Amino acid sequence: MIRFFKIALLIASVAIFPFTEVGIANPPEAGEVFRQLKLPFPEKKEHRQYLGVKKGESFLIRDIEADVVIVEVLSMYCPFCQVEAPKVNELFSMIQSDGNLNGKVKIIGIAAGNSRYEAEVFTQKYAVQFPVFPDADFTIHKMLGEVRTPYFIGIKNEGKKSRVFYSKLGAFGDTGDFLKQLISMSEIENQGVSK
Amino acid sequence: MKKWSICFSVAAAMTVASCFVVSSVYGLSAAYESNIYNPKDLKPTDSILKVAKGDPAPDFSLPSVAGGLITLSSLRGKNVVISFVPAAWTPVCSDQWPGYNIVKEIFDERNALLLGITVDNIPTLYAWTKQMGDLWFPVLSDFWPHGKAADSFGVLRSDGMAERAIFVIDSHGIIQYIDVHDINSRPSLESIVNALDAIVQ
Repeated sequence: MIRFFKIALLIASVAIFPFTEVGIANPPEAGEVFRQLKLPFPEKKEHRQYLGVKKGESFLIRDIEADVVIVEVLSMYCPFCQVEAPKVNELFSMIQSDGNLNGKVKIIGIAAGNSRYEAEVFTQKYAVQFPVFPDADFTIHKMLGEVRTPYFIGIKNEGKKSRVFYSKLGAFGDTGDFLKQLISMSEIENQGVSK
Repeated sequence: MKKWSICFSVAAAMTVASCFVVSSVYGLSAAYESNIYNPKDLKPTDSILKVAKGDPAPDFSLPSVAGGLITLSSLRGKNVVISFVPAAWTPVCSDQWPGYNIVKEIFDERNALLLGITVDNIPTLYAWTKQMGDLWFPVLSDFWPHGKAADSFGVLRSDGMAERAIFVIDSHGIIQYIDVHDINSRPSLESIVNALDAIVQ
Protein backbone atom coordinates (compact mmCIF):
# COMPACT_ATOMS: atom_id res chain seq x y z
CA MET A 1 0.00 0.00 0.00
CA ILE A 2 2.89 2.34 0.80
CA ARG A 3 4.27 1.66 -2.65
CA PHE A 4 0.99 2.75 -4.22
CA PHE A 5 0.91 5.88 -2.08
CA LYS A 6 4.42 6.71 -3.28
CA ILE A 7 3.30 6.30 -6.88
CA ALA A 8 0.27 8.51 -6.19
CA LEU A 9 2.58 11.15 -4.72
CA LEU A 10 4.79 10.97 -7.81
CA ILE A 11 1.83 11.35 -10.17
CA ALA A 12 0.46 14.30 -8.19
CA SER A 13 3.87 15.96 -8.12
CA VAL A 14 4.19 15.76 -11.88
CA ALA A 15 0.61 16.94 -12.44
CA ILE A 16 0.95 20.02 -10.28
CA PHE A 17 4.61 20.75 -11.01
CA PRO A 18 4.30 24.19 -12.63
CA PHE A 19 1.52 25.35 -10.33
CA THR A 20 2.63 24.82 -6.75
CA GLU A 21 4.78 27.13 -4.72
CA VAL A 22 7.41 24.42 -4.72
CA GLY A 23 6.97 23.81 -8.44
CA ILE A 24 6.80 27.40 -9.61
CA ALA A 25 9.53 27.84 -12.17
CA ASN A 26 12.33 30.30 -11.65
CA PRO A 27 12.39 33.40 -13.84
CA PRO A 28 14.26 32.74 -17.09
CA GLU A 29 17.96 33.49 -16.92
CA ALA A 30 20.17 34.78 -19.70
CA GLY A 31 22.13 31.95 -21.26
CA GLU A 32 19.76 29.15 -20.38
CA VAL A 33 17.63 27.16 -22.78
CA PHE A 34 14.14 28.62 -22.75
CA ARG A 35 11.47 26.31 -21.43
CA GLN A 36 8.95 26.47 -24.26
CA LEU A 37 5.56 28.06 -23.66
CA LYS A 38 2.50 26.71 -25.35
CA LEU A 39 0.44 29.62 -26.62
CA PRO A 40 -3.00 29.53 -28.21
CA PHE A 41 -3.25 30.00 -31.96
CA PRO A 42 -3.85 33.74 -32.50
CA GLU A 43 -7.44 34.68 -33.24
CA LYS A 44 -6.58 37.67 -35.41
CA LYS A 45 -5.35 37.12 -38.93
CA GLU A 46 -2.80 39.94 -38.72
CA HIS A 47 -1.29 38.32 -35.64
CA ARG A 48 -1.10 34.93 -37.32
CA GLN A 49 0.66 36.54 -40.25
CA TYR A 50 2.97 38.54 -38.01
CA LEU A 51 4.07 35.47 -36.07
CA GLY A 52 4.11 33.21 -39.10
CA VAL A 53 2.76 30.30 -37.09
CA LYS A 54 1.16 27.39 -38.80
CA LYS A 55 -2.48 26.62 -38.21
CA GLY A 56 -3.20 24.56 -35.13
CA GLU A 57 -4.59 24.83 -31.65
CA SER A 58 -1.38 26.12 -30.17
CA PHE A 59 2.22 26.96 -30.95
CA LEU A 60 5.54 27.32 -29.19
CA ILE A 61 7.94 30.25 -29.07
CA ARG A 62 10.31 28.30 -31.31
CA ASP A 63 7.53 28.06 -33.91
CA ILE A 64 7.45 31.84 -34.33
CA GLU A 65 9.01 32.82 -37.61
CA ALA A 66 11.74 34.99 -36.13
CA ASP A 67 15.33 34.83 -35.01
CA VAL A 68 14.51 36.76 -31.86
CA VAL A 69 11.30 36.95 -29.87
CA ILE A 70 10.81 39.60 -27.21
CA VAL A 71 8.25 38.56 -24.60
CA GLU A 72 6.71 41.27 -22.43
CA VAL A 73 4.88 40.04 -19.34
CA LEU A 74 2.33 42.71 -18.55
CA SER A 75 -1.05 43.33 -16.99
CA MET A 76 -3.87 45.72 -17.71
CA TYR A 77 -3.91 46.37 -13.96
CA CYS A 78 -0.23 47.29 -13.71
CA PRO A 79 0.44 51.04 -13.71
CA PHE A 80 4.05 50.64 -14.85
CA CYS A 81 2.88 48.53 -17.81
CA GLN A 82 0.47 51.28 -18.71
CA VAL A 83 3.26 53.86 -18.65
CA GLU A 84 5.58 51.57 -20.61
CA ALA A 85 3.03 50.70 -23.30
CA PRO A 86 3.83 53.63 -25.65
CA LYS A 87 7.53 52.78 -25.44
CA VAL A 88 6.94 49.14 -26.28
CA ASN A 89 4.86 50.33 -29.22
CA GLU A 90 7.79 52.51 -30.25
CA LEU A 91 10.07 49.49 -30.03
CA PHE A 92 7.66 47.56 -32.24
CA SER A 93 7.58 50.39 -34.80
CA MET A 94 11.37 50.71 -34.83
CA ILE A 95 11.72 47.01 -35.53
CA GLN A 96 9.03 46.99 -38.20
CA SER A 97 10.52 49.98 -40.01
CA ASP A 98 14.05 48.59 -39.98
CA GLY A 99 14.65 46.54 -43.11
CA ASN A 100 17.25 44.45 -41.30
CA LEU A 101 15.06 43.62 -38.33
CA ASN A 102 11.58 43.43 -39.78
CA GLY A 103 10.57 39.80 -39.79
CA LYS A 104 13.58 38.75 -37.74
CA VAL A 105 12.67 40.29 -34.39
CA LYS A 106 9.12 39.94 -33.08
CA ILE A 107 7.29 40.92 -29.93
CA ILE A 108 4.53 39.19 -28.03
CA GLY A 109 2.78 40.11 -24.79
CA ILE A 110 1.60 37.83 -22.01
CA ALA A 111 -1.19 39.49 -20.03
CA ALA A 112 -0.72 37.87 -16.61
CA GLY A 113 -3.96 37.41 -14.72
CA ASN A 114 -5.96 39.15 -17.42
CA SER A 115 -9.04 37.73 -19.09
CA ARG A 116 -9.38 37.93 -22.85
CA TYR A 117 -11.57 41.01 -22.40
CA GLU A 118 -9.03 42.68 -20.13
CA ALA A 119 -6.13 41.92 -22.47
CA GLU A 120 -8.18 43.37 -25.32
CA VAL A 121 -8.92 46.50 -23.27
CA PHE A 122 -5.17 46.99 -22.83
CA THR A 123 -4.37 46.50 -26.51
CA GLN A 124 -7.19 48.82 -27.59
CA LYS A 125 -6.30 51.48 -25.03
CA TYR A 126 -2.68 51.66 -26.13
CA ALA A 127 -3.15 50.66 -29.78
CA VAL A 128 -0.84 47.70 -29.32
CA GLN A 129 -0.16 46.04 -32.67
CA PHE A 130 1.70 42.94 -31.56
CA PRO A 131 -0.23 39.95 -30.19
CA VAL A 132 -1.03 39.96 -26.48
CA PHE A 133 -2.09 36.60 -25.06
CA PRO A 134 -4.41 36.54 -22.04
CA ASP A 135 -3.21 34.42 -19.14
CA ALA A 136 -6.26 34.63 -16.90
CA ASP A 137 -5.33 31.84 -14.54
CA PHE A 138 -1.62 32.76 -14.38
CA THR A 139 -0.57 29.43 -15.91
CA ILE A 140 2.05 31.00 -18.17
CA HIS A 141 3.01 33.51 -15.49
CA LYS A 142 3.85 30.68 -13.10
CA MET A 143 5.95 29.00 -15.78
CA LEU A 144 7.87 32.26 -16.09
CA GLY A 145 8.63 32.34 -12.38
CA GLU A 146 5.84 34.72 -11.33
CA VAL A 147 7.86 37.71 -12.41
CA ARG A 148 6.65 41.19 -11.58
CA THR A 149 5.49 43.37 -14.41
CA PRO A 150 6.44 44.72 -16.84
CA TYR A 151 9.07 42.07 -17.46
CA PHE A 152 10.99 41.59 -20.69
CA ILE A 153 12.50 38.36 -21.90
CA GLY A 154 14.67 38.19 -25.00
CA ILE A 155 14.67 34.78 -26.63
CA LYS A 156 16.73 33.62 -29.58
CA ASN A 157 15.33 30.81 -31.65
CA GLU A 158 17.96 28.23 -32.50
CA GLY A 159 16.18 25.61 -34.52
CA LYS A 160 14.33 23.22 -32.27
CA LYS A 161 15.26 25.05 -29.10
CA SER A 162 15.34 28.62 -27.94
CA ARG A 163 17.81 30.38 -25.69
CA VAL A 164 17.26 33.26 -23.29
CA PHE A 165 19.64 36.16 -23.80
CA TYR A 166 17.83 38.87 -21.83
CA SER A 167 15.59 38.68 -18.77
CA LYS A 168 14.84 41.78 -16.77
CA LEU A 169 12.17 43.52 -14.74
CA GLY A 170 11.01 47.05 -15.31
CA ALA A 171 11.13 49.91 -17.74
CA PHE A 172 13.84 49.60 -20.37
CA GLY A 173 14.80 53.26 -20.67
CA ASP A 174 15.64 54.70 -24.07
CA THR A 175 13.98 52.65 -26.78
CA GLY A 176 16.77 52.97 -29.34
CA ASP A 177 19.39 51.97 -26.79
CA PHE A 178 17.28 49.03 -25.68
CA LEU A 179 16.93 47.81 -29.24
CA LYS A 180 20.67 48.09 -29.81
CA GLN A 181 21.23 46.18 -26.59
CA LEU A 182 18.87 43.44 -27.71
CA ILE A 183 20.57 43.12 -31.08
CA SER A 184 23.97 43.04 -29.47
CA MET A 185 23.03 40.50 -26.78
CA SER A 186 21.22 38.24 -29.20
CA GLU A 187 24.25 38.35 -31.53
CA ILE A 188 21.99 38.40 -34.55
CA GLU A 189 24.16 41.13 -36.08
CA ASN A 190 26.55 38.31 -36.82
CA GLN A 191 23.83 36.90 -39.00
CA GLY A 192 23.62 39.93 -41.26
CA VAL A 193 21.73 42.37 -39.06
CA SER A 194 23.44 45.70 -38.53
CA LYS A 195 23.50 47.43 -35.14
CA MET B 1 -6.85 -3.08 -10.08
CA LYS B 2 -8.48 -1.73 -6.96
CA LYS B 3 -5.07 -0.62 -5.69
CA TRP B 4 -4.37 1.27 -8.89
CA SER B 5 -7.76 2.89 -8.65
CA ILE B 6 -6.96 4.05 -5.11
CA CYS B 7 -3.55 5.23 -6.29
CA PHE B 8 -5.00 7.44 -9.01
CA SER B 9 -7.76 8.69 -6.71
CA VAL B 10 -5.19 9.79 -4.16
CA ALA B 11 -3.14 11.44 -6.89
CA ALA B 12 -6.18 13.26 -8.24
CA ALA B 13 -7.23 14.40 -4.78
CA MET B 14 -3.74 15.75 -4.05
CA THR B 15 -3.68 17.57 -7.36
CA VAL B 16 -7.04 19.19 -6.77
CA ALA B 17 -6.13 20.10 -3.20
CA SER B 18 -2.93 21.72 -4.35
CA CYS B 19 -4.90 24.12 -6.53
CA PHE B 20 -6.20 25.76 -3.39
CA VAL B 21 -2.87 26.44 -1.80
CA VAL B 22 -1.10 28.24 -4.61
CA SER B 23 0.48 31.49 -3.68
CA SER B 24 -1.25 34.72 -4.55
CA VAL B 25 0.29 36.14 -7.67
CA TYR B 26 -1.58 39.42 -7.67
CA GLY B 27 0.13 42.63 -6.69
CA LEU B 28 2.66 41.80 -9.32
CA SER B 29 3.23 45.26 -10.72
CA ALA B 30 6.75 46.53 -10.32
CA ALA B 31 5.11 49.76 -9.14
CA TYR B 32 4.78 48.26 -5.66
CA GLU B 33 7.93 46.23 -5.43
CA SER B 34 8.90 45.74 -1.79
CA ASN B 35 5.94 47.77 -0.55
CA ILE B 36 3.25 45.14 -0.50
CA TYR B 37 2.37 43.17 2.60
CA ASN B 38 1.22 39.70 1.65
CA PRO B 39 -1.35 38.34 4.11
CA LYS B 40 -1.39 35.03 2.16
CA ASP B 41 -4.66 33.34 1.37
CA LEU B 42 -7.54 34.51 3.54
CA LYS B 43 -10.99 33.12 4.15
CA PRO B 44 -12.73 33.91 0.85
CA THR B 45 -15.62 35.81 2.46
CA ASP B 46 -16.20 36.60 6.11
CA SER B 47 -19.39 38.62 6.47
CA ILE B 48 -23.12 38.37 5.92
CA LEU B 49 -24.73 40.63 3.35
CA LYS B 50 -27.28 43.07 4.69
CA VAL B 51 -28.61 44.15 1.31
CA ALA B 52 -29.95 42.40 -1.77
CA LYS B 53 -30.49 43.21 -5.41
CA GLY B 54 -33.50 45.50 -5.65
CA ASP B 55 -32.89 47.16 -2.27
CA PRO B 56 -32.19 50.88 -1.93
CA ALA B 57 -28.46 51.31 -1.35
CA PRO B 58 -27.62 52.35 2.22
CA ASP B 59 -26.55 55.98 2.20
CA PHE B 60 -23.16 57.14 3.41
CA SER B 61 -20.99 60.23 3.54
CA LEU B 62 -17.29 59.50 3.43
CA PRO B 63 -14.19 61.66 3.15
CA SER B 64 -12.36 61.53 -0.16
CA VAL B 65 -8.60 61.44 -0.58
CA ALA B 66 -9.01 64.41 -2.92
CA GLY B 67 -10.76 66.35 -0.14
CA GLY B 68 -14.36 66.86 0.92
CA LEU B 69 -17.12 64.44 1.66
CA ILE B 70 -18.95 62.35 -0.90
CA THR B 71 -22.53 61.38 -0.14
CA LEU B 72 -23.97 58.49 -2.10
CA SER B 73 -27.51 59.88 -2.24
CA SER B 74 -26.21 63.09 -3.82
CA LEU B 75 -25.18 61.07 -6.89
CA ARG B 76 -28.74 60.24 -8.01
CA GLY B 77 -29.11 60.47 -11.76
CA LYS B 78 -25.89 58.54 -12.29
CA ASN B 79 -25.24 54.83 -12.06
CA VAL B 80 -22.70 54.18 -9.34
CA VAL B 81 -20.19 51.35 -9.08
CA ILE B 82 -18.79 50.88 -5.58
CA SER B 83 -15.56 48.95 -5.34
CA PHE B 84 -14.87 47.94 -1.75
CA VAL B 85 -11.36 46.56 -1.35
CA PRO B 86 -9.97 45.06 1.87
CA ALA B 87 -6.91 47.15 2.59
CA ALA B 88 -4.20 49.36 1.17
CA TRP B 89 -0.77 47.88 0.48
CA THR B 90 -2.06 44.34 0.01
CA PRO B 91 -1.58 42.20 -3.09
CA VAL B 92 -4.84 41.96 -4.98
CA CYS B 93 -6.10 45.43 -4.05
CA SER B 94 -2.98 47.07 -5.45
CA ASP B 95 -3.65 45.44 -8.82
CA GLN B 96 -7.32 46.31 -9.08
CA TRP B 97 -7.98 50.05 -9.22
CA PRO B 98 -5.10 50.82 -11.64
CA GLY B 99 -6.99 48.74 -14.19
CA TYR B 100 -10.16 50.78 -13.65
CA ASN B 101 -8.03 53.87 -14.08
CA ILE B 102 -7.55 53.25 -17.81
CA VAL B 103 -11.21 52.60 -18.60
CA LYS B 104 -12.92 55.84 -17.61
CA GLU B 105 -14.67 55.88 -20.98
CA ILE B 106 -16.29 52.52 -20.23
CA PHE B 107 -17.91 54.10 -17.17
CA ASP B 108 -18.72 57.38 -18.96
CA GLU B 109 -20.44 55.58 -21.82
CA ARG B 110 -22.69 53.91 -19.26
CA ASN B 111 -23.47 57.08 -17.28
CA ALA B 112 -21.58 55.58 -14.37
CA LEU B 113 -19.40 56.87 -11.57
CA LEU B 114 -16.91 54.69 -9.74
CA LEU B 115 -16.23 55.00 -6.03
CA GLY B 116 -13.30 53.16 -4.49
CA ILE B 117 -13.63 52.50 -0.76
CA THR B 118 -11.40 50.93 1.87
CA VAL B 119 -11.39 51.04 5.67
CA ASP B 120 -7.95 52.73 5.69
CA ASN B 121 -7.44 56.30 6.82
CA ILE B 122 -6.84 59.18 4.42
CA PRO B 123 -3.03 59.46 4.82
CA THR B 124 -2.60 55.76 4.09
CA LEU B 125 -4.91 55.93 1.10
CA TYR B 126 -3.09 59.01 -0.16
CA ALA B 127 0.30 57.28 -0.10
CA TRP B 128 -1.01 54.04 -1.56
CA THR B 129 -3.06 55.47 -4.43
CA LYS B 130 -0.22 57.83 -5.36
CA GLN B 131 1.60 54.71 -6.57
CA MET B 132 -1.22 54.08 -9.02
CA GLY B 133 -0.91 57.33 -10.93
CA ASP B 134 -3.67 59.95 -11.00
CA LEU B 135 -6.89 58.11 -10.37
CA TRP B 136 -9.89 59.67 -12.11
CA PHE B 137 -12.39 58.30 -9.59
CA PRO B 138 -12.85 59.26 -5.93
CA VAL B 139 -11.19 57.11 -3.30
CA LEU B 140 -13.11 57.20 -0.03
CA SER B 141 -12.04 56.38 3.50
CA ASP B 142 -14.38 54.25 5.60
CA PHE B 143 -11.96 54.49 8.51
CA TRP B 144 -14.08 56.18 11.15
CA PRO B 145 -16.48 55.13 12.51
CA HIS B 146 -14.52 52.13 11.43
CA GLY B 147 -16.07 50.34 8.46
CA LYS B 148 -19.50 51.87 9.03
CA ALA B 149 -20.34 52.07 5.33
CA ALA B 150 -19.00 48.57 4.63
CA ASP B 151 -21.00 47.25 7.57
CA SER B 152 -24.20 48.90 6.31
CA PHE B 153 -23.86 46.82 3.14
CA GLY B 154 -22.82 43.75 5.13
CA VAL B 155 -19.29 43.53 3.79
CA LEU B 156 -17.25 44.27 6.92
CA ARG B 157 -15.15 41.25 7.81
CA SER B 158 -14.60 40.09 11.38
CA ASP B 159 -10.99 41.35 11.26
CA GLY B 160 -12.09 44.92 10.43
CA MET B 161 -11.23 44.79 6.73
CA ALA B 162 -13.85 45.12 4.03
CA GLU B 163 -14.67 42.36 1.62
CA ARG B 164 -13.54 42.66 -1.97
CA ALA B 165 -17.00 43.58 -3.22
CA ILE B 166 -18.63 45.29 -6.15
CA PHE B 167 -22.03 46.96 -5.89
CA VAL B 168 -23.68 48.46 -8.94
CA ILE B 169 -26.37 50.96 -8.04
CA ASP B 170 -28.67 52.44 -10.63
CA SER B 171 -29.45 56.11 -11.12
CA HIS B 172 -32.41 55.82 -8.71
CA GLY B 173 -30.25 54.50 -5.91
CA ILE B 174 -31.34 50.87 -6.22
CA ILE B 175 -28.81 48.06 -5.97
CA GLN B 176 -28.75 46.14 -9.25
CA TYR B 177 -25.68 43.95 -8.89
CA ILE B 178 -23.70 42.50 -6.02
CA ASP B 179 -20.45 40.57 -6.17
CA VAL B 180 -18.90 39.78 -2.83
CA HIS B 181 -15.85 38.29 -4.38
CA ASP B 182 -13.32 35.85 -3.02
CA ILE B 183 -10.98 38.23 -1.20
CA ASN B 184 -7.98 36.44 -2.70
CA SER B 185 -8.81 37.17 -6.32
CA ARG B 186 -9.85 40.09 -8.47
CA PRO B 187 -13.30 40.43 -10.03
CA SER B 188 -13.07 40.58 -13.79
CA LEU B 189 -13.62 43.89 -15.47
CA GLU B 190 -16.20 42.38 -17.79
CA SER B 191 -18.40 41.39 -14.85
CA ILE B 192 -18.73 45.08 -13.97
CA VAL B 193 -19.25 46.10 -17.57
CA ASN B 194 -21.93 43.44 -18.04
CA ALA B 195 -23.72 44.60 -14.89
CA LEU B 196 -23.71 48.19 -16.12
CA ASP B 197 -24.89 47.12 -19.57
CA ALA B 198 -27.81 45.30 -17.97
CA ILE B 199 -28.90 48.58 -16.36
CA VAL B 200 -28.32 50.73 -19.42
CA GLN B 201 -30.40 48.37 -21.56
